[in-house]
Amino acid sequence: MSGTTFYEDRVIRQFAVMTVVWGIVGMVVGVLIAAQLYWPALNFDVEWLSYGRLRPLHTNAVIFAFGGCGIFATSYYIVQRTCHAPLFAPKLAAFTFWGWQAVIVLAAITLPLGMTQGKEYAELEWPIDLLITLVWVAYGVVYFGTIVKRRVRHIYVANWFFAAFIITIAILHVFNSLAIPASPWKSYSVYPGAVDAMVQWWYGHNAVGFFLTAAFLGMMYYFIPKQAERPVYSYRLSVVHFWALISIYMWAGPHHLQYTALPDWAQSLGMVFSLILLAPSWGGMINGIMTLSGAWHKLRTDPVIKFMIVSLSFYGMSTFEGPMMSIKTVNSLSHYTDWTIGHVHSGALGWVAMITVGCIYSLLPRLLALPGMYSNRLIEQHFWVHTIGVVLYIASMWIAGLTQGLMWRATNPDGTLTYTFVESLNATYPYYLGRLVGGVLVVVGMLIMAWNVWKTFQMARDARPIPVAAPAHA
Amino acid sequence: MTSGIVTLVLLVVFLGIVFWAWSGKRKADFDAAARIPLEDRDPDHSGGAKP
Repeated sequence: MSGTTFYEDRVIRQFAVMTVVWGIVGMVVGVLIAAQLYWPALNFDVEWLSYGRLRPLHTNAVIFAFGGCGIFATSYYIVQRTCHAPLFAPKLAAFTFWGWQAVIVLAAITLPLGMTQGKEYAELEWPIDLLITLVWVAYGVVYFGTIVKRRVRHIYVANWFFAAFIITIAILHVFNSLAIPASPWKSYSVYPGAVDAMVQWWYGHNAVGFFLTAAFLGMMYYFIPKQAERPVYSYRLSVVHFWALISIYMWAGPHHLQYTALPDWAQSLGMVFSLILLAPSWGGMINGIMTLSGAWHKLRTDPVIKFMIVSLSFYGMSTFEGPMMSIKTVNSLSHYTDWTIGHVHSGALGWVAMITVGCIYSLLPRLLALPGMYSNRLIEQHFWVHTIGVVLYIASMWIAGLTQGLMWRATNPDGTLTYTFVESLNATYPYYLGRLVGGVLVVVGMLIMAWNVWKTFQMARDARPIPVAAPAHA
Repeated sequence: MTSGIVTLVLLVVFLGIVFWAWSGKRKADFDAAARIPLEDRDPDHSGGAKP
């Protein structure tokens, strides 16, 4: 080896810190709109604070700002460590950081102003879409460039998940956002009617499948073995898990459009593929949990492991619930009710947020060459506050959702509706308070994390660059 | 007809991947790969969490 090379860790530190910052911002907006559903006066009759404008801000902030920064941070860490090479094109990597932050700030300005394409999870208008594309291409160049530079033959499975995620998100984003601009902040989708709906949910469901699943499975396949100090339970299962997951997810989108103008065969196709999806989802969950074999005692003593394993439990729960809700008869009860909101948050707060938080707690000390985070007790507190908050949230939404579904479909013998809409609203009102309390607990947990992260950085004032480790067997 | 053939081909490819992953020849390589996250021990990091 000629001379010492160092990992490009600066960009990872930046993304890791912003994960916590945007997590708090996005979840606070979520708490505000949850409070608005309980106390409608909280929009203060200001249009920029109205529910319809803040809700997309909440979803964009938690998915793309919090989740996105977490993905950038961990993927840049994992690809360097498993390839035994520093990042390719570090300046381009810095551009992905500043570009992504610019996208987030632009979203935070334009969405409250009412500038939107009106497509769920793809609301941002065309100039921001162009910037996203630019950042994403740069991300791809940095990521795949680093894989090309690798000093070991094998490409570790986590990198396969991240690679599939980067390629798929590029395709989804470009095709779903195709639009004809009418002015700098207004555009119209190129797709007509039902086709537009199908393209939107092909995008929407694969945003769940690749952004919120494949990328976080990449995190899981690196940081659970790392934190547990155990090898992956079954590497061959991880390979089959990867190919099965990416080939099946692509076809499940139509389950978002059951009983709509979409052709019946497409609806059934979406349902069948959603049911098949249970197999790879649970295969991956079992692989992650069983990686703890021989180290189960760490589940008692290490709060970081608790975050990771409970996140996988929520992953298992929501990937069982999802296929079930895609069955047409179940969907006729669950769709358009708060059950969907409960399902989404069991995935988002249970799986995505907990695995991200766990991985950041695992990543930061390694990045700063410290033996651990500032306080393990604070991690333990965060774990319990978060878990209780999530359970309260999803239980409230399950009850509210089932109540709504049952009341809306109830009919009298003469065929008229048993309940008026406002009666169902009254019945669900108390559960909106339960949801609000759950959300507040989750935010409290994130504030505990911010304090812990702050103190950890103070411990690492003179952290030096970390040299690239030589491959174990060249 | 064509879509049926494509579906069949994709199914066969997937089963091929499954057989490839479970073939005995891959075992040693996969066992080594499963340990990759444990290899790059950062020098100053003890691995465990602070008590």
